[in-house]
Amino acid sequence: MTNESLSDFPLALEGDNMPMVSFRKVTKRYGDLVVLDSLDLDVAEGEMVTIIGPSGSGKTTVLRMLMTLETINDGVIYVDGKPLTHMPQGDRLVPASNRHLRQMRSNIGMCFQHFNLFPHMTALENCMEGPVHVLGLSKKEARERSEELLEMVGMADKRNQHPSRLSGGQQQRVAIARALAMRPKVMLFDEVTSALDPEVIGEVTNVIRRLVTEHNLTMLMVTHQMGFAKDISDRVCFFYGGRIEEQGTPDELFGNPQKERTQQFLSAVKEAT
Amino acid sequence: MSYFEFLSQYGDRLASGTLITMLLTVLSALLAIAIALAMGLMRLAPNALIRGIATVYIEIFRGTSLLVQLYWIFFVLPLFGITLEKFTAGFVAVGMNLGAYGAELVRGAILSVPRGQWEAALALNMSPAKRMLRVILPQALLIMLPPWGNLMIELLKGTALVALIAVADLMFQAKQINGSTFLSAQTFGTALIVYYILARFMITPFMRWLERFMTRKLGRA
Repeated sequence: MTNESLSDFPLALEGDNMPMVSFRKVTKRYGDLVVLDSLDLDVAEGEMVTIIGPSGSGKTTVLRMLMTLETINDGVIYVDGKPLTHMPQGDRLVPASNRHLRQMRSNIGMCFQHFNLFPHMTALENCMEGPVHVLGLSKKEARERSEELLEMVGMADKRNQHPSRLSGGQQQRVAIARALAMRPKVMLFDEVTSALDPEVIGEVTNVIRRLVTEHNLTMLMVTHQMGFAKDISDRVCFFYGGRIEEQGTPDELFGNPQKERTQQFLSAVKEAT
Repeated sequence: MSYFEFLSQYGDRLASGTLITMLLTVLSALLAIAIALAMGLMRLAPNALIRGIATVYIEIFRGTSLLVQLYWIFFVLPLFGITLEKFTAGFVAVGMNLGAYGAELVRGAILSVPRGQWEAALALNMSPAKRMLRVILPQALLIMLPPWGNLMIELLKGTALVALIAVADLMFQAKQINGSTFLSAQTFGTALIVYYILARFMITPFMRWLERFMTRKLGRA
């Protein structure tokens, strides 16, 4: 990206209606393949936004970029008003230093499709790892915080089990507790129920549902569970070909989709279930 | 002379040689592990210079003969002002050589830890050093233990070469006894058996135990 095009972007976002997350003309390419095409997306503080769409539409890439697991080719992402993978230098933005990245990353937590719990640590140790070794909390504080969260996700009685002894649903609940233990402002859920057996999906969605109703977290979720998305989202974005084809409240998008591609996708999903 | 007479007469010397061999094995193993960890990690460094140093080290010590390396360390280094006592030269040569093989085991094991583990550690905002030390290495350790067992047996057998610079190990004692008695079958037969026993009944069970211990520690039992 040229410095000239970066000068089009503000150094920081301010104001009363400042979004918690803001994608500004963000493009992601793998060689010739354009995964995200000049994406604009704002997520307000406390908002729950669900991303749906066919595979290859760039849904997961949105979350992975926010977690800084992917670089971006063009555009700027702002989190809590500050540029995520850029930093201000003088009157323009330059690629962020590792220090800036680590500072920004502390705002964001993520849960993965395959849980990615650390297999050599118990459920409790998984949750305490970040608070102790990243945030610098004392073991006692970290334990209290972690036990509270494991309690919330209904995993307190399994706290001393290693992940290999837990079912998929249980592992995912621990993974949610582990991410929350870092007290992020933004939580990302990347197809967190896709690798689960149907009968345990409910225990994970119930935890997320509780988060939505009881906490003022900003959340972005990629899912194939249309019913769940409809239930808990403030807004649903339908991705197609690296762009937002259509977005709206769940009632609007699921009840009365305007675009042909959205209608096709939703009816195809309906047929499959 | 019966074999028992042979053993009662020369058993002491063979036993002291065996002790030296065991000591050499332990010391070169420790050196090999340290070098393997350092070089294996350096091979994965983002910095090209650091990667280059490790690559050159591994190429040299893996690509040339252990015996030649031993002679270099013992006979050639003194010409550059570095004189090592022969016992030291012995375990340093073996350790540096096997460390080069071990470095590739370390690198391979680190790379075979699932990508999701790196990503989860990054998502927790762990520093690169913490990611490696607290998340990746413990898992890589378990992956690389079985091939390390192999390498340890190689290392034990490799120590026999130090007899050629007159370190009084098992092989050296066997050669000496053979030179004065010409009881080749008895001396080298005994040496053969002792090496086998060390490998089969000490190193292998120890590595198996270590595997079980680590498996349990990592909660995979």
